[in-house]
Amino acid sequence: MVVNTESLTVADIDAPTPEPRASSRQVVYRHALPIRIMHWINVIALTLMFFSGLQIFNAHPNLYWGNRSDKGKEILSLAAHQDATGSLVGTTRIGHHEFTTTGVLGVSKDGNGMPTVRGFPSWITVPGPGWLAMGRRWHFFFAWVFVLNGLCYVGYSLAKRHLQHDLWPTGADWRGIGRSIIEHIRFKHPHGAEALRYNILQRLAYLTVIFVFGVGIVLMGLAMSPRMDAVLSPLVEAVGGRQSARTIHFIIAWAFVAFVLIHLFEVLISGVFNQLRGMITGYYRIDSGEADTVRIHPAEVETARVDTHEVDEVTPDAPAATEERPHD
Amino acid sequence: MTDRRSFLRMAIMGTAGILVAGCDRISQSGWGTRVLGSAEGLNRRVQALLAPSSSMAKEYSEADISPVFHANGTTQPGTPAYRALMANQFRDYTLQIDGLVNRPTRLSIDDLKKLDTRTQITRHDCVEGWSAIGKWQGTLLSAVLDHVGVDPQARFVVFHCFDEMDVGVPYYESVDIGEARHPQTLLAFALNDQPLPVPYGAPLRLRLGRQLGYKQAKYLSRIELVKSFDAIGDGKGGYWEDQGYEWYAGI
Repeated sequence: MVVNTESLTVADIDAPTPEPRASSRQVVYRHALPIRIMHWINVIALTLMFFSGLQIFNAHPNLYWGNRSDKGKEILSLAAHQDATGSLVGTTRIGHHEFTTTGVLGVSKDGNGMPTVRGFPSWITVPGPGWLAMGRRWHFFFAWVFVLNGLCYVGYSLAKRHLQHDLWPTGADWRGIGRSIIEHIRFKHPHGAEALRYNILQRLAYLTVIFVFGVGIVLMGLAMSPRMDAVLSPLVEAVGGRQSARTIHFIIAWAFVAFVLIHLFEVLISGVFNQLRGMITGYYRIDSGEADTVRIHPAEVETARVDTHEVDEVTPDAPAATEERPHD
Repeated sequence: MTDRRSFLRMAIMGTAGILVAGCDRISQSGWGTRVLGSAEGLNRRVQALLAPSSSMAKEYSEADISPVFHANGTTQPGTPAYRALMANQFRDYTLQIDGLVNRPTRLSIDDLKKLDTRTQITRHDCVEGWSAIGKWQGTLLSAVLDHVGVDPQARFVVFHCFDEMDVGVPYYESVDIGEARHPQTLLAFALNDQPLPVPYGAPLRLRLGRQLGYKQAKYLSRIELVKSFDAIGDGKGGYWEDQGYEWYAGI
């Protein structure tokens, strides 16, 4: 059947509904093939850039602000020293605060289990052993993958109005932001048709990741290039200098990690198999049976843009989702 | 709780470990290095488009100069030829220029000072990630090339150095003619108004405005103009290039 999204006037239901718990399910075509391909290319590129980036960072595991790397002016420093017994101690210094981080930062075991002086441990760098030249090859290769994939994504999303329709927040989205924050804190996720459209926090997160983190990390990467600095020096100076650009590049890399962790958490708690299927096959199931967890803002039920080659699944006898909630 | 936490930790480290191990196999394969290394050509071409060959590296003010300029790589060459020159404060030093040139020549530091010179306060960016700012004074490499006359067949300038990275493995570097003729490409004989100190490449080193530190060969003994650097060292155009670093070090 076709999901007629125009008629998806889903009620805000706080109490369990008298509806039977089961089981009208619809499978809708949610993610177009190019989006899915670009999503997974991005997963690979970001992962390898992060790992190889830490390899490159390990060649000089200190961060500074400004144009120069003056000794004693580090704002972050992963280092090592020997204690009284001669064992290696790894330290992490942030500003004037020093922490002992032996085993993870500063000193960690190499492939043969021997404690080694290195910023980040070998299980999170590509290549595993200290090998700057190869780390750079991985990093620049996947930097091109990331940039070209990102450009394709933005071009495609503009052309297909994915950006305008699905990501750009509407006025109603903005008005619902307080409620959306509370729902996120309570780990409540919309079900039914409302699950198909991105909520305001999702929209803001995706837009920030694409246009602030994505664009920012590429620009800060280019700002470290001596050749590019011949034309980018106004940008370099605007952010404080080449070492500032390196620091910002590092911070954004970890901001990406934070985003990915939140993203994975949200996927896990909002139906991991359904979400994974959605991003692999394109088909996403909306399940209207669990009414007790539905949280929908009446004001925001707009035209959810659902491609209409959906599939009807399970319990053909049950009423369709669109008819299940007659009351506004 | 501890069990769960250690399980989670093992799972994360295990997954990452498998990924890293897989990547390491690719890193050690010939095809892997070639495919991953293909980005270098793209970087070189695209950067040449975005930052044209005439573009200039930013020059800083005296106030920006690093209090201590980090000396990296070789800081005291041990070869007998270099030690002999150093013992005499480099008064007997001459730079040999040969290969595809019209007039193979030897130039002393004083000879070089008579050609067009330039002073520039530029930033030095190491491939490791650190930066330092210094005031370099030197002879324009383009003036030296004009002085000796370059054969039109020459495509690269190779810099041979006194320092050996391993016994019998001297440091060397190379740039193309375009980079060699850039106005910020100097054969530098002074750092921060002092004759170039030994740790920084005395008596003469290369300075490029727009490439990483390892390109900026120190302890120059000879400049050779060539059509190809295939027959020099391992044929990659420089000591570090032979170790797997990119010949194009603009990023």
